[in-house]
Formats: sequence, structure tokens, C-alpha cells
Amino acid sequence: MLTLQCPYCGVMAEETELSAGGEAHLKRFGPGSTDADFETYMFMRENPKGVHFERWRHANGCGKWFHAARCTVTLEVFGTYTAQTSVPPADLLDKIRAARPGFKWREFE
Amino acid sequence: MSTRLSKAGRLVDTSKSVAFTFNGKKMQGHAGDTLASALLANDQMMVGRSFKYHRPRGIVASGAEEPNALVNLGSGNTFEPNQRTTTTELFDGLSATSQNHWPSLDFDIGAVNGLFANYLTAGFYYKMFIHPRPLWKYVYEPFIRQSAGLGKAPKDTDGDRYEHFYAYVDVAVIGGGVAGLQAALAAGEAGAKVLLMEQTAHFGGRAPVDGGTIDGIEAETWIAGALARLDEMPNVTVRRRMMGAGVYDHGYLLGYERVKDHAPELDAPRHRLWRIRAKQIVTATGAIERPISFAGNDIPGVMLASAVRDYAVNYGVAVGQKTVVVTNNDDGYRTALKLKELGVEVPVIIDAREEGAGALADVARKAGIRVEPGKAIAKVKGGKRVEGVELCRMQGNGGAVIETIKCDAVAMSGGWSPVVHLWSHCGGKLIWDEVESHFKPDADRAPTNQDGKPFVITAGSASGPLGLGEVLADADAAGKKAAEAAGFTAASTPAPSGDARDETPMQPVWMMPSDAVYNLRMKMWLDYQNDVKVSDVQLAAREGYESVEHTKRYTTLGMATDQGKLSNINGLAILADTLGAEIPQVGTTTFRPPYTPISMGSIGGAARDEIFQPIRQTPIQQWHIDNGAYMEPVGHWRRPYTFPRGSETHEQAVNREITNTRTNVGLLDASTLGKIIVKGPDAAKFLDLMYTNMMSTLKPGKCRYGLMCNENGFLMDDGVVARLDEETFLVHTTSGGAAHTHAHMEEWLQTEWWDMKVYTADVTEQYAQIAVVGPKARKVLEKLGGMDVSKDALKFMEWTQGKLGGFDARIFRISFSGELSYEIAVPASQGRAFWDALLAAGEEHGIMPYGTECLHVMRAEKGFIMIGDETDGTVIPQDLGLNWAISKKKEDFIGKRGQQRTFLAGEDRWRLVGLETVDGSVLPDGAYAVVHGHNENGQRTMIGRVTSTYYSPTLGRGIAMGLVKHGPERMGELVEFAKTDGSTVMAKIVDPVWYDKEGEKQDV
Amino acid sequence: MSEAISALAGANTEGFCRVSELGLHGMITVRGDLSNADLAKALCAAAGVNALPEVRKMVGGLEGGIAWMSPDELMVFVPYSQVVAKVEELNDALAGTHFLAVNVSDARAVFGIDGAGAREVIAKIAPVDMAPEAFTTGDLRRTRIAQVAAAFWMAGDDSFRLICFRSVAEYAFKLLSTSAAKGGEVGYF
Repeated sequence: MLTLQCPYCGVMAEETELSAGGEAHLKRFGPGSTDADFETYMFMRENPKGVHFERWRHANGCGKWFHAARCTVTLEVFGTYTAQTSVPPADLLDKIRAARPGFKWREFE
Repeated sequence: MSTRLSKAGRLVDTSKSVAFTFNGKKMQGHAGDTLASALLANDQMMVGRSFKYHRPRGIVASGAEEPNALVNLGSGNTFEPNQRTTTTELFDGLSATSQNHWPSLDFDIGAVNGLFANYLTAGFYYKMFIHPRPLWKYVYEPFIRQSAGLGKAPKDTDGDRYEHFYAYVDVAVIGGGVAGLQAALAAGEAGAKVLLMEQTAHFGGRAPVDGGTIDGIEAETWIAGALARLDEMPNVTVRRRMMGAGVYDHGYLLGYERVKDHAPELDAPRHRLWRIRAKQIVTATGAIERPISFAGNDIPGVMLASAVRDYAVNYGVAVGQKTVVVTNNDDGYRTALKLKELGVEVPVIIDAREEGAGALADVARKAGIRVEPGKAIAKVKGGKRVEGVELCRMQGNGGAVIETIKCDAVAMSGGWSPVVHLWSHCGGKLIWDEVESHFKPDADRAPTNQDGKPFVITAGSASGPLGLGEVLADADAAGKKAAEAAGFTAASTPAPSGDARDETPMQPVWMMPSDAVYNLRMKMWLDYQNDVKVSDVQLAAREGYESVEHTKRYTTLGMATDQGKLSNINGLAILADTLGAEIPQVGTTTFRPPYTPISMGSIGGAARDEIFQPIRQTPIQQWHIDNGAYMEPVGHWRRPYTFPRGSETHEQAVNREITNTRTNVGLLDASTLGKIIVKGPDAAKFLDLMYTNMMSTLKPGKCRYGLMCNENGFLMDDGVVARLDEETFLVHTTSGGAAHTHAHMEEWLQTEWWDMKVYTADVTEQYAQIAVVGPKARKVLEKLGGMDVSKDALKFMEWTQGKLGGFDARIFRISFSGELSYEIAVPASQGRAFWDALLAAGEEHGIMPYGTECLHVMRAEKGFIMIGDETDGTVIPQDLGLNWAISKKKEDFIGKRGQQRTFLAGEDRWRLVGLETVDGSVLPDGAYAVVHGHNENGQRTMIGRVTSTYYSPTLGRGIAMGLVKHGPERMGELVEFAKTDGSTVMAKIVDPVWYDKEGEKQDV
Repeated sequence: MSEAISALAGANTEGFCRVSELGLHGMITVRGDLSNADLAKALCAAAGVNALPEVRKMVGGLEGGIAWMSPDELMVFVPYSQVVAKVEELNDALAGTHFLAVNVSDARAVFGIDGAGAREVIAKIAPVDMAPEAFTTGDLRRTRIAQVAAAFWMAGDDSFRLICFRSVAEYAFKLLSTSAAKGGEVGYF
């Protein structure tokens, strides 16, 4: 059972306090967007064997959404960060690149 | 026969007698006995029968690894099957019965299976019962179900209580042997917060039995000192009767504490499941001795040599009067010597090694014990107990028996394997040790935690070493390493010194004798509990099962409740040998938690009976219960379905409630409706995005029905939105939809539109909300007085607030029934009083409470949709004819883009219509409209389905709502609906609004 | 106006700890920018405390106190009889400020867990480190107790206060009482 640190209240929360929210940093495509863009937004997801960026909510806690960078193989958590951003923080990306040569996730590598 | 020795065991108190029964027979043991030691003291060699062949089985081990001696314990509400006698502490009044036999343990019909052992080989069931196919369901499966299963499931409700407990530590140490004690000392001295758990009632593990000195003092004395030192450390907690059950991700560890199994009279939870988070986990889980595969190694009286030693030293029990020792290593000699010292005859030590043992062999010979190196047991003689062994050469096929040696017990030692389960649970890898012929933890490939760092460290013989000195050094290092990894600084004090190991190397013996013939191999048991023999694994290999995981499943090797603690290494060695592969190449099966079975009760914890799950209650709940309401679940709420009176059926009660509400006035507890406050300068803009319709144009004081979709465009929730002031809205959601809708809003506010100035709050439970519905509703409110609720003062779809009959009330003039209707919210703490006041005020007008079914029928009569009935997550508002509630002016709302997709925007969607059967009957719920032809699955072609269906007392006939292809364009046409009995019924497509189409009644 | 009644009307049980429903208390959910000095001033005045609580802390008590709920949410405690007036006062004092103050007094149930071993009562049902060195007076957690959301704080030695939704008050009460049942002492802390 995972533990993730909520970046808002600082709690090292176990999974029973959290709810998972799928892939992070999706760009919303609304009315006027092409079918392809809308399909990508709604349905196309990364499925990495390695570091993934995810959304979590501290549901049984402070109620805030946050992001986590977590390895889907080893479950190592490289960091958690605010939900109010559309890209992962640069220092977190650096940390992942250093630990995982060849790291690639969407446009990040 | 097995008897009590004259010298008392170290763990029993011979002055205290304990009475118990086995299969109804009264027996006596001592305080401190396990059930196994007490049974042996009573010469109960045979304690059960095997699973498949129903062979007589005796006790093999002295601890958690025991595969055979499983019994039913207790009766009635304390009954529990498959309890290991070796880990069951004896208490006065204990009652045990043996398993897997009929009609009795001594005479068992199922044992005829043994006569057919030639046919019941690996994969027998798969091969035998596959043809002919129809026989499976009616013949084979019932037969197999009858005979399958270990023990019997309890029939009564568990009479005990259970609980969970959360603990957070720096270092958890599993195992209270000398290694665990030393690791805990080392970590504790470094200042770490330590939790040490030992699965038995005693500390010290094997050391007090095996002897030896630590720091120059007797092991047992050192253990007492170590415990005393741990006891003085405030940062260390020591728990006994607590097993490390499983190691999981991110340092999660389950500890299984058996609080009162040993003392049922205690008023305490029976088991406590500790849910531990540890920064580091030290597994000081010791090692388990391996059996040797020789013919007849399952006959009662054949036991692990270490167990024979344990019973003698710990419990003062001699398993036999003449005990033959068979070994491939020096440790077996210790059993022989200990027995001799206690006055038990040891006819011979059979040592598979040509060169035999070193120093210990000389000691044995000096003690007068015959030693036969290079020899083997060809076969054990006996049936329900050991009668003798046939001696042969180790090298050979066992055909040439040298001598038959009389004995009544056989102590076998096939070497030792570290207990790697907890190391392996979360991904720790193993390496093969050529010297000891066992798999041991590979310290370089430990399980890793959330930081990518190792978090499990093995200590003592769990790491591989078997000598006391090496064990202590390893454990000390493990404790220090764990403390350092948890952020502490370990002292540089040296590890305690212990005797070094001075032994002749063991020699792996996977089969005895080396080239045993088939009829011996098919009597060599690998997995005692599941009756898997050497010949079965060899057959599996020949049939192509090369993967150890496949062989496990094909033969059932290691799949029993003991999870192959004794059988695994021997089994995979046989597999490797048959495949001509090296053992490390074959590898092990996966070790999965729990280490030994844990009770279902402990997993459930306190969640049973009244606290099995939370039931949400409205402030008026007690009135409903007191007045005979029939309740139905709505999410976690329980709502009155109807309020039957006298001998009324539910149907009659519902019809009465509908008629009364439409004629007089009805009362509904609507407190479960979700209520969310949305406030801020951007609240209107935000709600325009949340809802399909325009909310920003709503004026303060007004209400508007709104639809909420998900981004896919599908209808998710609906409800009435009231604008409280320019910046504040009160949003109503469906019952049970509040938390979800609130979370949905917060998700968009936090993760997409975080610049919007909007705050939300879920105030669902702040209010008791009561709907007063019916032509006389206004009169009831006027009777209460205090607020002007006249047609002009409070128009349809308006709200107001004030004091109604002395209550702080907010009144919404909205209707879900088509009648004149007021929904009134008062503070929850006054909800019950307000309900009572309404009942009193309405008495003269014939007021009656009504339930959810009445609500459903009335809304269906009006053609109002219900989320969850007309919607199922694949329905868009347009399907339901709700285009009027979808704004064309708004550039964006959640779901707008989704609804523009061609397959949703087309005309071929199933769309909402009313349905009336031609015979007036009620359509079955969920019935499909069928037409000629079949689809690709061979089903009748379907063109629609029923979403809501009721008997309408207002119309005196069945009415239904349904989704039908091109439905709204087919008014008046007949459609065929399939019923559950195979017949069909014709229904006419009609307008779904049956009652008061013009809406005059609700606007009076 | 009739008398207001709390969810369990003050029910209590005695196990190795006393579990009691503490009746009605004034509770105001406040959402806003917690760094806004005007907001802080008004809230402190309403609750009669000197400063807003730090993250995961409680200042004051049930008759006047503030609990940290999230980075933009507080729970203000006032006497029940004053709560409606206090909400109005806050709205008046902070007119023009973007914030939300809403009376949730009736939407919650309040419990006391008092007596030696009170830590254990909570440690059986919440995934929180309740060790004395990890959780001390004034500490607060929003989490779950078994299957429902709850918030609790340590009011003093061997004394905790817990709030949950009113609809699950009976579940919470029975859960806490079971957790505190005699014979269930763990002896860990």
C-alpha cells in the first residue's frame, strides 16, 4: 500500500486517505477542438514502464488534488507537487533524469 | 510410543495439569504445552489424514511450518478449522477434532483413494474429468466438491471480537530468537523506535534447545538478559504471540497478534491485526529444517530431527522409545545426542554422507550410538505408526536392503533453509548457496521503498549463516544497519560473541537412496498436506511442465495452507534434477503473504454487525423506524420506501400514499438531497461551466432545474439551483450525489480553473429538508404560520426564507410530483421537531408521510427523469428530450464538446418515450424492445429498453419510461417487449407526461 | 422555536476510555485566503483566539477555537447559541473580501474520547501515528476513522475531540465505543 506526501498539508498519507485521479497534465480540449485533439484529451494515455506523472487527491484529508511522479515498476516516488501547474517542476524532472537515464514521458525526456 | 520423559521440559509446568479433549477423548497435558506436545505426551501419534489419499498423518514439525497436524478447534461460535497443533497453546477445556476422515480417524473410507494412488497422479483431475463435457456439471463437479476442501467451514457466527491497530516505527524486527533480540538491541541502542515481534509465546528461538554460549554465558541466560535490557529501553516495544504476516510496498507490514488464543477466558479481542509502517524491517525469521524424501516418510512417527529435539527439551516429550536418526548434515547428530542424554534409545544414526560427520560423529560413537555413514533409509515400515526402517546404501536404487531396524520414530534432517518469505514478499531476491544447498536472501537485491532505498534487512540464520557466532554477528550488523537507514547513528559496540560453527559440510540429498526405483519414489512425500510425491513432480516434468510455477499448479506442490514451507526446496530440486537443470535456474515459486494463514476475523477487524459499514441517517430517521417504515438503501442512506399501515402490502401502501398526496397532502423526508454552497465573484461563471444550462442569468430569489454532465457529455447529476445572492448559489444534487458532485466541482476548481474566485462547501447535512406536497400543502404551511407562502408571494420556482411556525426555514417552491409543493429546509437539529410540527398542522388536511416509491411513481406520472434510472452513464440529456435545458448560447460547458461527437449527435440514438402496455400490465424493469432478426451474439435484435416502470394508481394502469430508437418520432406505434418468462407484451409509444401536461397543478 | 437536538443527544459509553457525544457546538466552515490579515483578524475575534492555527493544528477549544482544515479552509468553533450571529458578523466585517463562511454546526457530530489509552482508541481506526512524540496537544488530523471521514485533535493529556458528519454519528459512536471496549487495551503507547 502506497504512501504519498500531500504537498499541501505535509501528511505522509497512506493510500486509504487518497484517491487516484489518473494521468497528470492533460490539456483540455473543449468546443471547437478537432476530433483528434478531443480524442487525445479524453482517451489517449501514457502507459509507461517507469516514471509516470499522476494525479491524486488527499480525499480523506485536506481534500486537495496534487501531482505525483511515481515509478510504475519499483513504486519509487520521485516527488509530489501542487496541482496548479500544467508541467512538472524542472527540479523534479532533473532528479528523474539523473536517476533514470533514458527517461521519457510525453514531450519530456 | 511417545511419552513424557522423567526430566521436565523447559517450557512446561508439570505442577499444573491441563485437561483437553481430542476427538472427544479426554486427555491431560501441562501448562506450557502446545496441543502438539500434549498429544504426543498422550501417545496420539496419528492426528489426521491427508487431503487426497487420506493417509494416516502424524506431527512432523514443532512450529509454524507444520503441514500435517491440522485440527478443528472449538465448537459453535468458536469453531475454527485447519489450526496447527504445533502453534496452538494448550488451555484448560480445549477441544480439538481431526480432519479429512470419515467415519473416524482410525477407520476411514476415503483411504481407498490410496489404493488407486497409481491413477491419482499429478494432473489426474485435469485429465480425468475433462471428457465427456456434460458429465462435469452433474457428476464430476458435485463429486469433487464433496471431497475437496481442507476441514469444514464454520457454520455459526464468530463469537469473538477482532480489531486493527496502526503503528509507526523506525525499525520493526520480526522474530524473537537470539538474532531478533540482538537486532532489536542494536537498533534500540542507536535510539530508533523499535517494535520486536515474536510469533510464539517464548523468546530465544532455537538457541535454548540447541545450546551454546553467548558472551561466555548460557544462551538461555543471555536471552533473559537481552529481554531485560530491551524492557528498559523506552523506545523499544516487545510483543509476543505476534507474527510478521506480510511485508508490502513502502514499508507496510502486517503484524498478526493472537491476543487470547491461549487464554479464551480473557475478555479481549481474539486477534489484533497491526497495520505497521516501518522505515526499516529486519526479518530475523530463522531457518526451517528440511525433510528427506525416502519411502514412507509420511508415516506417523517420522518427524523433523529438530522437532524431535524440541519436544524432548522444551516439553519433556519423547516422540519414540527407539528413535532412528537419518541425516545429511551434522545437526541431526544433536538430536541423537540429546535423546541419548535424556535416556531415549537411538538405535542408529543413518548419515547419507559417505564420510559421515566429523567431531560430532565421534561424540555420538563415544556415547554408544551406532553410526552408519553412506547409508540410507530404503523404506519406513508401518502404517498408522512407525514400526521400523529398512537400511540400504545411499548410492543405489534401494533394492538391496542391508538390515531392518526396529524403531517407533524416525528423526530426519535434510539441512536447513532460511525463512525468506518476508524478505521475498515485496520483491527481495534470492541466491543459491552451494555449501548449504539452500536459497538465501541476496542482500544486494533487497525490496525497495518509496525513496528507492532498501527497506528489508535479514538477520541471523534468515540471512543464511547457521552457527551461533555468525548468527549474532549478522544480527548485530542488521540491527545497526536498519537504525542507520532510519536516520540514527549506531554504536560501535562489538556484536556478542557466540560459538563458531565447526561442522562437516552437509551433502544435499533430494532423494534417498540416490537412484530409488519407482515404487519407492511414489511413496516419497514432498508435500504432506497436498499429497504430492517425488513421482508426481517427475511426471509433471516429463509432461512438459518446466516452469516451477506451472509445476506447482499442476501438482499442487506447495499450494496448501503451509505454502510449502517444508516441501518447496525438495520439490524444485527434484524438478531440476528431472529437467537436467541446475536448481538456481529452476528458481523458486513466488512467496506471498501471509506467512501463515491469518484469521478472516482479524482481516475484517471491528467491521462487523452494526459497524460493518456506515449507514447514514437523517435527523428524522428514528420517526421512520418508529412508524414502521420499510427502508431501502440509497447510497449509504436508508430511506423509507413506504410506510405500510396495518395489514397493507407495500404496493397498497404506495398506492395510498400517491392517492393521498395527489388528493390531500403528503410529507417526504428529502434531507438526503445534496446541498452545496458555491460562492464567489466567479460563481455564476463557474456554474455556467458546470451545468448544461445557463445559471448566470438566474436572479437571486429564483430556482432553476439544471443538468450536470461529465466531460464525455453523459448526464451525471441533476437538481435545482437556487441563487441566494449575486455571488452565492445553493446547488441541490441527487441523494447520494452530494459528495461526488462536490468533489467534481473541487476537481475543476483546483486542477483546471484555479484562477477562478469560487469557494464551495458541502452543507448537505446542515439541513433537514422536508417536502410538503399536494393540493392542501399551502394550508398546512399557513397553519404553521409566520411566512407568506401564497401564490403571489412565493411563486413557482422561487425561494424565500424566514420563520415558519417558529422554525428558521428556507422554503423552495419546487415540484418533483406535479403538485403544489414546498421543500422546506430547517437546521438539522430541529428537523425532527419540524417534522412533528408539520404532521400536527396537517392532521386536519389528511397529511400522510410518503416514501421513495411514491416519489418515483409521481415523478414518472409527470415524465420527470431520475438519475440512475433513465441514465446509466451512457445517456446524454438530448436522449431524454432535455434539449431545452442545454444552452445554445454558451461557448463552453463540461460535456459540450463530448456531445458534439457524431455518434452522440445522430438521430439513431435510443431516446426517451412513455410506454403503455396494450393490456394495462406493468412492464418488467429493464425489459428490451425486440424486433425481428438477431444480432451477432444470436440475441433478438433490440431497439430499446425500459428505464422506469410502475403501476400508476392515478391512471389505474401500468406506465413506463423507456429509451427507444427513433422513439419520439414513433408516437402511437406498438413495440414488442420481452418479458422475463420468455413471452412478450406489446406496448404503445406515448408522451411520457401522463399527469397534468400543462403543469397547472404545480402552479396554483 | 423548539429545542435543537444533536445527533445522539449526548450519548456516552465507558470502556477503558469514555466516549461521549458532546452535543451541539457552533461550527463555521470558512474558506478564504488564510494569509489575508483582515480575514485572520475577523476570525480570531470571532473565535476569541490570538492567531490562526498553523498547518494541522487547533487553537482554542470547542467554545472558541479554530481548526486548520486545508490550505484555504478553517473550522471556527463558537458557542452554538452564537453561531448564526457570528456568521453574520463575519460577513459584515469582511464585506468585499472573497471568502466563504457557512454555518455547519448541525452538519457535524462532536465526540470526546477521554481517559488513559485515548490514543489507542484512535490508533485502532485511523491511519495516523498516535505516538506521544508524534501527536501532542493541539495537533489535528483530518483523515478517516474506519470507513468515514473525520477530524480529530488532542485537547489535552488523554483527551481528544473528534468531529464527523452528523449522518454517520451513530456509526462513529459505535466504532469509537467498540474501539474503547474494556479488554482491548493495547498497551503500546
